[in-house]
Amino acid sequence: MANVTLRNVRKTYPGGFEAIKGVNVDVADGQFCVLVGPSGCGKSTLLRMVAGLETVTGGEIDIGGRIVNQIEPADRDIAMVFQNYALYPHMSVFNNMAYGLRNRGMKEAEVKTRVDEAARVLELTAMLERKPRQLSGGQRQRVAMGRAIVRQPKVFLFDEPLSNLDAKLRIAMRVEIRKLQRRLSTTSIYVTHDQLEAMTLADILVVMNGGRVEQVGNPLAIYEKPATTFVASFIGAPPMNLMSIRSDEIKSQLSGSASEAGILGIRPEDFVITDQTPAGGVALPLTVEAIERVGAETFVYGSRAQDEQRIAATPGELPPGEVIVRIPGTESPAIGAKIRVAVVRNKLHLFSGDGRTRIEA
Amino acid sequence: MQKQAIFQSKLLPYALVAPQLAIVLIFFYWPALQAVIQSFLLQDAFGLSTTFVWFENYIELFKDPAYFASILRTFFFSFAIAVSSLSFALLLAVMADKPLRGSMLYRTLLIWPYAVAPPVVGVLWIFMLHPSLGVLARYLRAMGVDWNPLLDGDQAAALIILAAAWKQISYNFLFFLAGLQAIPKSVFEAAAIDGARPMRRFWTVTFPLLSPTIFFLLVVNIVYAFFDTFGIIDTMTRGGPGTSTVTLVYKVYSDGLLGGNLGSSAAQSVILMIMVIVLTGIQFRFVERKVTY
Repeated sequence: MANVTLRNVRKTYPGGFEAIKGVNVDVADGQFCVLVGPSGCGKSTLLRMVAGLETVTGGEIDIGGRIVNQIEPADRDIAMVFQNYALYPHMSVFNNMAYGLRNRGMKEAEVKTRVDEAARVLELTAMLERKPRQLSGGQRQRVAMGRAIVRQPKVFLFDEPLSNLDAKLRIAMRVEIRKLQRRLSTTSIYVTHDQLEAMTLADILVVMNGGRVEQVGNPLAIYEKPATTFVASFIGAPPMNLMSIRSDEIKSQLSGSASEAGILGIRPEDFVITDQTPAGGVALPLTVEAIERVGAETFVYGSRAQDEQRIAATPGELPPGEVIVRIPGTESPAIGAKIRVAVVRNKLHLFSGDGRTRIEA
Repeated sequence: MQKQAIFQSKLLPYALVAPQLAIVLIFFYWPALQAVIQSFLLQDAFGLSTTFVWFENYIELFKDPAYFASILRTFFFSFAIAVSSLSFALLLAVMADKPLRGSMLYRTLLIWPYAVAPPVVGVLWIFMLHPSLGVLARYLRAMGVDWNPLLDGDQAAALIILAAAWKQISYNFLFFLAGLQAIPKSVFEAAAIDGARPMRRFWTVTFPLLSPTIFFLLVVNIVYAFFDTFGIIDTMTRGGPGTSTVTLVYKVYSDGLLGGNLGSSAAQSVILMIMVIVLTGIQFRFVERKVTY
């Protein structure tokens, strides 16, 4: 049981590359913290620094009231689940889980009790004598989890543990991990690039970009009030529509301080197809370019009337001028049709022109 | 899966393997057959008459205590060379596996000795350890070691083992390094988090995971020590002093070409040939199936 505090943590590689540019995060005892961000944002590096696998070049990492910057991974009382599981291929499932206990000189009887208990929880009892190569991906993943929980550490660290599993298993394991963590109430730090995984698992969500923390907080709070355009477009699928407010078409519809903002963001699900314009809200005429019907909902890809630049907050986003609208699965406008969509006032997200600050109207 | 190639003509496949077959037949089976025939013959001292003596050459050989001594010596040499070169190469590989600056440079340097021909290896070590010429020999004597491998059989044997093992280190190093790099880094990291100190990590994780490589190299090194040390022995000691560095291969040469006993020499070659076949058989049986950890 411990809280984890990162104080102005930095990592600069010998070549001068700054991977982590001063990160402050406070994870309370028993909380599930998820680090999320695009690849290369430094989230894995940060986790490995907490584990002690990477040196800390600035700031402090505090686990349970003890600064661990100079402490060996073995002595930090943490357990880690790796992306490729990192099981010992030459050891049986039992020995894989027992290894960390035996290294610490635990009595064999106690080792057996703990491993058997973990195996029971993870439904691995029938496989204790097997070697990792005789297991499926999901079973290997559970062994990796078992290896972490038998140690009863202060902190669990997860480095994209589900990314090697297929989609169905990933969802099942996601739920398992959450249940297990709730029951053990062990402080956990979990790295992922999957925003859905991040949203569903986190008590506290840390959105990272380019070695910096963009926003920290409760996942729903972040979803409802993204602090920057990066967070706005990264959290939520499909991403939030971001539009420049330079054009008169949008500017004229906004009142007061809102018209001073640089970027307007609207989530696809906040649009309604209607001829009305709600008071203080925004309406846009669109030409339907493409339709994606996924059953429960339909995604409409529309283009704006005039050649408006859509602000690309992250690379590889939608082409300029394109807007995504999410409507119920029962509706399906024809391709090429002209529609009009509207959003109510309190569903508008306003950001400064550089996208770095949120503006509350 | 269709693995067999289909040829229109019946002759083409034979034509395609013919060159390879011709080489093997002329340069291996023909001399091997000659050796087998020769091993059943006995020549008089002047080479004027030859008699067919069935297995007499073999029987003589197995009655000869010198031959048994040579077998034992060869086994001891092989064991000593294999163990010392394997362990030293593993030590170097583990150190070179660390992500340090200039690793490409020193890895390349460590691989170089393999390019040196065995007789040259012999000459190199003679320059260092020859009792009157050697640089190191001086220091050894200065330290009070009575160093004279030209007279002391044990020292001569040590010299051969040293030179032969040194030559093989590069080869082993290369395989160990490749083996180490094939183990995912995260396995070592997991072991570090699991509280295993470096030495324990080596013996419980690295070593077992390298065991297929170790077994493969063990066979290769034994074959090397058996058959490829001729050049080193010939340049360094010529089997001496006395017969203290005469291995089985060297005995084939000295009995046949120097001693003129062609029949016995041929019989010894045939025995060696059988040993090679057995060793290769072991290698294929186990290495092909992979030693499983």
